[in-house]
Amino acid sequence: MTEQLSAILQNLDKLDLEGAHGISLSSRVLGGETPVAEVLVEGREEIPLYITITDTQLLCICYIASESEVNPEKRSEMMQTMLEVNVPMPLSSFAKINDRYAIFGALSLQSSVEDIALELAYLSDNSLDAIDALDEFLV
Amino acid sequence: MSIFGKIITAVKGGAREAGEAIVDANGIRIFEQEIHEAKDQIAKAKQNLTKVMAEKMKCDRQITQLTGETAKYEEHAMAALNKGNEALAVEVAEKIANLEHELNIQTNAKTTFATQIDSLKGMIRQAEEKIRSHERELAMIKTTENVQRATQSISNDYSGGLSKMVNARGSLERIKAKQQARADQMIAQGELNDEMGDSSLDAKLKAAGIGETNSAASDVLSKLRAKAGQK
Repeated sequence: MTEQLSAILQNLDKLDLEGAHGISLSSRVLGGETPVAEVLVEGREEIPLYITITDTQLLCICYIASESEVNPEKRSEMMQTMLEVNVPMPLSSFAKINDRYAIFGALSLQSSVEDIALELAYLSDNSLDAIDALDEFLV
Repeated sequence: MSIFGKIITAVKGGAREAGEAIVDANGIRIFEQEIHEAKDQIAKAKQNLTKVMAEKMKCDRQITQLTGETAKYEEHAMAALNKGNEALAVEVAEKIANLEHELNIQTNAKTTFATQIDSLKGMIRQAEEKIRSHERELAMIKTTENVQRATQSISNDYSGGLSKMVNARGSLERIKAKQQARADQMIAQGELNDEMGDSSLDAKLKAAGIGETNSAASDVLSKLRAKAGQK
């Protein structure tokens, strides 16, 4: 899986992302039991994107906020909002992993590198928009 | 319980910590074994299906042939009767009876083969459904565990971006500040370019002796000489 991830990152490197999506990426593979690629978008290093590969799909994940940042009184309203904007949000969906809220996109393992690049560009844009939109629910 | 149910229970019940399995390793092995067996079943059923279909095709051919022959001998029997050759007609009738007996056997065999084909196709369909359902469930289990472990890898990486992500609002503000700074820089660059452009135009004008020109040393000297001459 590490090889698969490295291959994806290498292919992403070869793309003209600046020209196609107006973004520039830097990436590396994090070790651990399950390899994960960390992708940093230039100028948006504070909100990294992560790629992980399972047997059946490729997941691009972006953590947007932790539970402790959410105003407990507005928590259920926030979740309601997340469900409501889930479908309109292009290519990404809201999720919760452990105590962190996230947005993510799932791709087929047969996806082209262009598809992955588009996914990452959207994920990054969506994450900024999502934090901006959910700000009213945060403490 | 459905796999979805098990995943929900696990997430609720604090199997959140990485490494804790949604379904134990033995459960996964059973799933994988069942998928393996179902695939074997399909392979065998497909082999049998090919054989049975070939047998049925053979029956079909024989039935066509026997039907044709029966019709032919029926015509012959009629002809013999028309010619008043009763003995020959009886002989032909016996031949027809044999043909009909054979046709009956082949028709029954064809029905048996057709039933077998249906049943084999049903078995293959069932096995394929089982594989699809198990593979989907396995994918759910493995994805849940993979994401848990991936999160652990990310959390453990202290040099990573996530550890620098203090909070959502702060991160967004910093990104916006950077974007603003970059926009300002681009505006400033633009202005600077304009100014540089102007000054280079001035330089060209100056070179052409138009507009503001520096007094050359020779001009100063000639002015001084003129003054000295006046004295």
